[in-house]
Amino acid sequence: MRYSAFSVFTQALRGHTGWKPAWRKAEPAPSYDVVIIGGGGGGLATAYYLAKNHPEVGRIAVLEKSWLGGGNIGRNTTIIRSNYMLPGNEPFYEFSMKLWEGLEQDLNYNAMVSQRGIYNIYHSDVQRDAYAKRGNAMILHGAGAQLLDRAQLRKEIPYLNYDNARFPVQGALVQRRGGTARHDAVAWGYARGADQRGVDIIENCEVTAILQENGKVTGVETTRGTIRAGKVAMAVAGASSLLAAKAGLRLPIESHVLQAFVTEGLKPLIDTVITFGAGHFYISQSDKGGLVFGGDIDGYNSYAQRGNLPVVEDVCEGGMALMPMIGRARLLRSWGGVMDMSMDGSPIIDKTPVENLLINAGWCYGGFKATPASGYCFAHLIARGEPHPVAAAYRLERFAEGKVIDEKGVGAQPNLH
Amino acid sequence: MRITCPHCGTRGVEEFTYTQDAERTRPRDGGAVPTKEWTDYVYLRDNLKGPRREYWYHGAGCHAWLVVERDVSTHEILSVTLP
Repeated sequence: MRYSAFSVFTQALRGHTGWKPAWRKAEPAPSYDVVIIGGGGGGLATAYYLAKNHPEVGRIAVLEKSWLGGGNIGRNTTIIRSNYMLPGNEPFYEFSMKLWEGLEQDLNYNAMVSQRGIYNIYHSDVQRDAYAKRGNAMILHGAGAQLLDRAQLRKEIPYLNYDNARFPVQGALVQRRGGTARHDAVAWGYARGADQRGVDIIENCEVTAILQENGKVTGVETTRGTIRAGKVAMAVAGASSLLAAKAGLRLPIESHVLQAFVTEGLKPLIDTVITFGAGHFYISQSDKGGLVFGGDIDGYNSYAQRGNLPVVEDVCEGGMALMPMIGRARLLRSWGGVMDMSMDGSPIIDKTPVENLLINAGWCYGGFKATPASGYCFAHLIARGEPHPVAAAYRLERFAEGKVIDEKGVGAQPNLH
Repeated sequence: MRITCPHCGTRGVEEFTYTQDAERTRPRDGGAVPTKEWTDYVYLRDNLKGPRREYWYHGAGCHAWLVVERDVSTHEILSVTLP
């Protein structure tokens, strides 16, 4: 069923009784040409672009251990942007931004992509210079950027605490094309698009073993039986090390917890995305009215999907330093997600030492914005056996070769990225 | 999380800084050429669920380095000892 204004109108006349499920509940077949493990943003986007751009690969399945989109694609703060600096990263994230811009038309699905802009506030001369450098890198890669001084910023966002003596607001780096998207709808839209192209999406199907013969992957053992596969592609950020261990691999990844927060619904207040440069705090407002915000990871390894109170306090202090007006808003919910923190803060899209086993992992706490390009480039790698040009730097071997992509420059300390 | 420091008693986690897995051992010097052993030490992790031993630094207390045994699936602190 194609969605349109006309279909909404005719359904309204029928009391909305004629809508069909957006994807089938597929049963696992005994074998597939490609099995994608992980029914989150990355796995579903991979399945969609694989079926759309590379139909020659044959039969495709997505295996999800729980329900579709129940992991980090449903737990993030929904920000999309391409404001990176390094040559290995920026072309990739800009490619992702361009895919976001055409996503809804491509999927025929309302992902509520809203290019409301993102402001990275700077608070010192040094930070301004760093942001100017980053902005120039963005402009060189076609992402667009603008450096605002204090007066210009004040005109656009009047409600920041400009009189804060400790963290003076000096201006901001703005990417006007950045913004937000409805995270769940991204998963659902990709699932629907993949399903329409014949991909079997199999929920409640956890991979318990990765089957190998003579160093080649031949399939997976799951809670719903054995599934043979020509290629097995892992897209399970948050659980990458656990799954890779089943294939005898150790990854350059640690799992850490990141918390996010939402307030009660408020009237329209913040019409953009704002990040605080003197601490780590980022905020936007959802279409339901809740202020959605987050900060740093807790800083210790965790698989618990929940964090601790000191970080809640730290994040809220950041918010209060930047915009004290939100202090009276009541916090509705907070939650935690498990982050695949890689050793340089950048992701991995590559083959593995095990033949026919491929990996898409290490998204740290920035995977959501990358969802379209992550799927597009992983699909390219699976189908062609060689990396997509914009994702060519995301190799597993870059660590051994010293070719790390470390935006923050903190080294192999995942809790600091 | 609350960590019971052998010197200071039970304190909130905000007083401590997590550093790394206490089981990792630095390889003996392999010379100027990077070896697989060193690459593994610097970059690769087991990163499994369940209890593990970690180094925590009591920066807002006695400044001691502690070995904390902690379950990363539940955040339960199982033991705290001096290294």
